[in-house]
Parts: sequence; structure tokens; C-alpha cells
Amino acid sequence: MFTLFSPCCEKCTHTQDNPCKDLIECALRGPLCHDSQSCHEKKQNRLNFLNGEDPKYTYVYVGMGTCGMAAGAEKIYNYMSKQLEKREIPAVVKKVGCFGLCTQEIMVDVKKPGSPRISFSQVTIEKANEILDIFVEHDALPNGYVLGSIAMNEENSAKLNGQVKPIEEHPIMRKQKRVVLRNCGIIDPESLEEYVMRGGYNALSTALFKLKPEEVINTIIESGLRGRGGGGFPTGRKWFFTRKAQGDRKFIICNADEGDPGAFMDRSVLEGDPHSVIEGMIIAAYAIGANEGYIYVRAEYPLAINRLKKAIADLEANGLLGDNILGSGFNFYLKLKMGAGAFVCGEETALIASIEGKRGTPRPRPPYPANSGLWGYPTNINNVETLANVPVIIGKGAGWFKAIGTPRSTGTKVFAITGKTKNSGLIEVPMGISLREIIFELGGGLQDNKKFKAAQIGGPSGGCLPAELLDTAIDYDSLQKAGAMMGSGGLVVMDEETCMVDVAKFFLNFTKNESCGKCIPCREGTARLLEILETIVNSDRENTEASLLKRYQTLAQLERLAYVIKDTAACGLGQTAPNPVLSTLKYFKEEYQAHVFEQHCPAKQCRGLLVYKIDPNRCRGCGICAKKCPNGAIVGERKHSHYIVADKCLRCGACVEFCPFDAITVN
Amino acid sequence: MSKICCCSKDLLAGQDEKIQKLFRSYSKGEENALIPILQETQGIYGYLPKPILYLTSEYLHIPIGKIYGVATFYNQFRLKPVGKYLIQVCAGTACHVRGGGLILQALESELGIKAGETTQSGLFTLSTVACLGACSMAPVVTIDGDFHGRLQPKEVVKLLRDYEMKE
Ligand SMILES: Cc1cc2nc3c(=O)[nH]c(=O)nc-3n(C[C@H](O)[C@H](O)[C@H](O)COP(=O)(O)O)c2cc1C
Ligand code: SF4
Ligand code: FES
Repeated sequence: MFTLFSPCCEKCTHTQDNPCKDLIECALRGPLCHDSQSCHEKKQNRLNFLNGEDPKYTYVYVGMGTCGMAAGAEKIYNYMSKQLEKREIPAVVKKVGCFGLCTQEIMVDVKKPGSPRISFSQVTIEKANEILDIFVEHDALPNGYVLGSIAMNEENSAKLNGQVKPIEEHPIMRKQKRVVLRNCGIIDPESLEEYVMRGGYNALSTALFKLKPEEVINTIIESGLRGRGGGGFPTGRKWFFTRKAQGDRKFIICNADEGDPGAFMDRSVLEGDPHSVIEGMIIAAYAIGANEGYIYVRAEYPLAINRLKKAIADLEANGLLGDNILGSGFNFYLKLKMGAGAFVCGEETALIASIEGKRGTPRPRPPYPANSGLWGYPTNINNVETLANVPVIIGKGAGWFKAIGTPRSTGTKVFAITGKTKNSGLIEVPMGISLREIIFELGGGLQDNKKFKAAQIGGPSGGCLPAELLDTAIDYDSLQKAGAMMGSGGLVVMDEETCMVDVAKFFLNFTKNESCGKCIPCREGTARLLEILETIVNSDRENTEASLLKRYQTLAQLERLAYVIKDTAACGLGQTAPNPVLSTLKYFKEEYQAHVFEQHCPAKQCRGLLVYKIDPNRCRGCGICAKKCPNGAIVGERKHSHYIVADKCLRCGACVEFCPFDAITVN
Repeated sequence: MSKICCCSKDLLAGQDEKIQKLFRSYSKGEENALIPILQETQGIYGYLPKPILYLTSEYLHIPIGKIYGVATFYNQFRLKPVGKYLIQVCAGTACHVRGGGLILQALESELGIKAGETTQSGLFTLSTVACLGACSMAPVVTIDGDFHGRLQPKEVVKLLRDYEMKE
């Protein structure tokens, strides 16, 4: 089979051992070293085939990221393939990554010869049949689940006919700016050729042959790119320090240990476009003078791991990784390391310890990894999303990148928006956009038109922002000022049915379990904080003056302890662990007060505070509840109203579930 | 006290073929091979059997205490065998907000075990994980790798029945 990297004729000198420096450009516009119309056509035909432009075929793209797979995309993929064969329609069926519209899964795109690529949502077997019957066979559009059209290139977008709106006009897409997600859901992530077709590895060629390492670093500094892993440290400066550091060996590590329990940005990028991250890594390695690299990826991401493995193997086979990359004389060896499920290993020094085979406990900095990292050598660590930005900055220039976002937070940020919004999924927005726009425009507002209560941003290190702060701009500094943080991009939206004390408790329980245990403020402090929260989400069974006094003191203790942990813990995990508590205390104090003083949970989420009662007017005395109560707390005669003995009630809710007359009230 | 250096004896003699192959792909004394070896061992057995941990200790020249230190530090590793079906309940933020806690509770009371334990029948192991990446379907549970989303506590109990019926 002829690929973009196959020799076009005997004049081509490119081999894996002696790679041609023009390989990438030649693939797109070649041949460059000799004149031949037939060689040119061969390459163009291949590009057309890859781009869905081969007039012989109907192209079908099935979204097969984790969310698509969870929704059953594999079945649709197999079904479509079989049906197309049965109907004798020449077709290419491709697996693509996550497009980000997770609520619309399973997404299937179809591109017929000469027509644009049309995207269909929530495809089932029935809909798949309909798409085949009426669209593929008869060019008519089915009703109700056409999402829009996707332009594969500029020329193509001109061909869009008025029938279908471009997908960019879909509410969830309208305000997005896709830089990192440029290829996600569009290309087959396992195909190096398709990545190159979309302009991939061009930036690497530019860096290797036209720029000195210092110039690469300056471009990144100039662009204002800041780390997307949470801290927001200027990426170019970090590279500069690692370049300057003395060492016989240098390393670069890609931090793909995405630990925020409710976020999946990095995973989607790795699954949907692994080459963008690897290209960024090779450029970074060239800039800082590192010849060895590791991608530290969570073992819970099997799909991402397989795609990375495939990408690395393809690159090695084509002279883009290993010795003498593209004949530039630059060597770079890349390995995968699987994490083993420890949140703290996202912290850079713990991550390094983990690669060395040890328990992942952080160590004090300085020395920073830039000077003493993996096995004591200078090491640069960057997040997945940070690295995926790099090829675009080198390709389009620092000025282009800087024009997006705000002066101090340039570029875009990817968020995983989940919780109670209508649309959930992956979005990429320019920095500086407001929280309101994200939640009410892209997210489509809240489900069932419930009232917005809070947005949790930044995961276990971040905070909860209330409705008053909906106009906060999404950039590093504004979020910090509001008491949250950018974090890695988790954004969970909550409505009035969410209890903020419970949310704080949820995160604290997480950080307590994930504390590495090395330092006391974090190990003991988070446990004590959690203990206090446990006290206030349960009712006071003793009900004596002493016990109530103790209960009332918890509010003050909570705040004081939170600050002690923040000030004294050794690493970022401990220092930020109290943030969810502090931000909810700040913005939702009344809710804490209701729990503490009135022993009442306004959102009715804290079981320990619920009071179950039987409404005597509705109860018919059927006795079902009494049978279902596991603790015999319900008494009463048949055909007479029943009664719940408060002291015996376990608050399990079994009675509510089984009462045929809705006679049990919960408060 | 006489000490025989392990380098001279073949530690792997008599071991399972898969284990031999696994160990031979790393060199003796290679400290950073510890986590990959544990991961692959768990891949073979579903947990970390004690004899293999001792073998790893000798092979990599790492004291057994340190090996247990690593094996108990990381959430991924299990020191006990798993049941036939592994149930993973998502304990991520989105699932929590949409009632994941009730799902876990329902499973715990139905199976009569806590998260992290295996039923006596050896059929189910219950565990929690952080975000399965299908938040749009929250709350999410995977059983034996299959995803089940937008669940109600009652439904999840029904799901269990389906798996029990298979037996
Ligand atoms: C407890 C803790 C967890 C972290 N988890 C992650 C993570 O999952 N992914 C990540 O990229 N960075 C994480 N970080 C930040 C890293 O330590 C580091 O700052 C980052 O990888 C640097 O890359 P960047 O400059 O490109 O953001 C974490 C930090 C702490 C303190
Ligand atoms: S703050 Fe917590 S996680 Fe960090 S070193 Fe201390 S104990 Fe470990
Ligand atoms: S939080 Fe459960 S799948 Fe993401």
C-alpha cells in the first residue's frame, strides 16, 4: 500500500536509517527533490483518500473515545461496517476520538462523495439504518438528529450547501476555539498519516531545521503559554531553566496522570490526538537538549495507552523518533510509564519517584526538577495539554497564539464540563470567557431548568463558586482571586439539590485517602477536618449542653485547622486540600450554619440530618413501610395511621421508596 | 552467616512460564522495574501473590518490606484475589453529584460486602474508582468492563441479578 511516507519512485532517498529532512513537507506537497507529475498525483490521491475526498468511497466516522464506547459505539461501528458491505456500498469506516459532545454520543459522521461531512447524534441501530436508507442511499436527511456539518479543509467548507448548518453553529460549539482539540473527533487517532495530513509534524520540521533551541524557547516565552497542569507556571521559562541546567543527561516528562476525579481532558486528547502531544514533546526536548523522555500515564486509561504505543511505534518506523530524527542529528527516545493509581503522583517530584520505582511521595523543592529531577538529572515536566499547544505555537507563531485569551493568560483552556448542565462534555474556550457563558451558553443551562447553585472548578485543589461570581473571567488570576483555581480543567456544575457541605466532605474524603502520609499536617489534618465535617452532617444524638457546645465550636475549628494545613503541608496536595472547605465556607456559610445550629440539611442530601415522618392524612395504614423498615422503627395498627420512632430510625429511606401513597415526608 | 548471592542461582527455575518470561524482560537489580513487574504480575493473576513478591524482592535486590511499601501505596495493587466479576463504581465528582453514593450503598447492601471486598461466592468484587470518563452518563458503574450509565439504585440491583443468572 502506498502511504504518505512510502518512496514515490526510485529517486526518493528516504529510509528509516537515513531519513529525509523534507519528509513532512514532501508528503503534503511533494515530491520536492525531483519533478514528476505522476509522483505528485500519487501523493495527492493518497491525501484525498485520507481526507475523505476520494470520490469512490462513502466515509463513515464513528466516535470511539471512552464516552462513545461506554454508550456502545463498538456495536454501531460493527453494524455500519456490515451493512455497508451487504448493501455493496464502497465505504471506509473509521474510528475517531471524542469530539467533546458527550451528551450526543454515539456520534456518527458520514461523508458522501462530493458532499460535506455530516454529523449525526445519539445514533442507535434504528437510526443507523435510517441514515443508511435515506441519507447514504438517497441523499435525503433524516429528521431530528443531524448535528451539523464538519469542514475537513477550507476548500471543502466552501462547498457546504445551505441544507445543513456547520457544526460550529451548534450552541455548544459557538464560543469554542479549538487549538488543542483541533483534531479530536475529526481524524483517526491511530493514523500518523492523517495527523500529518492536517499539518502535523510541520512544526517539528521547522523547529529542527529553521530554529535554534534558544529561538524555540523564546517563541514559547513570547507566546505567554502557561502550564495547563494546574500551577500555571510560564512554560518557556521552565524550558529555559532546564536548558541552562548542567547535566550529562536530561529528561522530559509528559504528565498524563490526570488525577482530578471528575475530569477527562488529558485522556480525551491522548485518545483523540496522541501525536499532537508527542510532537510537542519532541520540540520541547529539542529546545531543552533532552534526549530521553517519558510519558507518565494513568494505568486506568487503557485506550490512551494503546494509542500512545501505536503512535510511538509508527514514529520510530518512519524516522520521527529515535536516532537522528529526520536527519537532523537530534536523537530522542520516548518511553511510556504506567501510573498505578495515586493522585499524589501528579505532583512532579512524586511522579519522578514513581518512575524510579519508589513510593510516590513528594520531596521538598528546591532543588526543582529543572536542576535535579529523574535520577538527579535536569528534568522538565509538562502537562499533556501544555504540550499539545506547542506545535501550534511554533507553526502559527507566538503572535497568533497571544491574540487569543487575555494578556496574562494567553490561549485557550480545555474544560470537562459535567454535573447538572444539559450538555456535558469537553469544551475548549478562549481564556477570559466568563463562567456564565460556559455554563449557560455552551452547557445549555441546567437540567430540568433547576436553579444554578455553584460551579466546582479545579477539582480537589479548587473551589466552589456561587451564582454571584458567575461573571468571573476564566483566567489564572481571576480564578485565584475568587478562591478557586484553574486546576487542570474539571468543571462540575451543581444545582439547588446539591449540598455544599457534602461536596466539601466529598473532596476532603478524597484528599484524605490520597494523602501520601509523609507530613503530619496533611495526613492528620485532613483526617481531622473530615471528622469535623462528619460531626456536622450527623445529628447530635446526645443532645446535651456539652455536646451542643462542642457542635457549635466546629465552625471556628474548621476554618482554623484549614488554614494551619494550608500553611504547613509540604506539597501542593496538602496545601490545597482545604480549598473546597474554605471556598464553601466563604460562599455558603448559611448552609454550614443550618447544619450546625439547626441540624438541618437544606438540600436534603445529608442523611444523618434527615427527619422522616409519616403524614397522618395520607397514610392508609397498609403496613408495607413497617415491613420494609430494617430496624423496626415504624409502629402502628393496620388501617390506622403509622408512626416513625425517631430514635430507632436509621434514615435509610426504605420506607419512602415503598410507600404506595407518598405519605412519608423527609426534612 | 553465610550468604549466597542470588546472581549465581537461577531464581526463576520452576516458576510459571509467564512469570519467567515477565522477569526475563527486566534485568536483575533494576530498581525502576519494580512497578512494571508488579503491574504485569497483577495482569497475570489479577492480584499480587505473596511468593511472587518474594521472588521480585530477590530478583531486583529490593528488601521485601520496601516491596510491600510500594504495593500498598498504590491503589492499583491488590493483595487478595478478585472475584469473577469486578464491579467498579465511579466515585468521581460528577457521579457523586448525581447520586453515585446511593448506587454504592445499594450494591453494598445487596452484596453484603463493603467496597474493596469480594463476596464469599467469589463471584463479585466491589470497588470504587475515580472518574471513568463517561461523566455524561453519570452515575456510572462498570461490571466486568461493561459500562452501565444513568443508573438508579433499584436498577443496579437488577443488573446484579442478570449476572447471577448467567452462572
Ligand atoms: C497533588 C497534585 C496533583 C497534581 N496532578 C497533576 C495532574 O494530574 N496532571 C498534571 O499535569 N499536573 C498535575 N499537577 C501539577 C504538576 O505538579 C506540575 O506542576 C505540572 O505537571 C507541570 O506541568 P505544566 O507546567 O505543563 O502545567 C499536580 C500537582 C499536585 C500538587
Ligand atoms: S502534603 Fe500530604 S501529600 Fe504532600 S507530602 Fe505532605 S502528606 Fe504527602
Ligand atoms: S465522575 Fe463518574 S464517570 Fe466521571
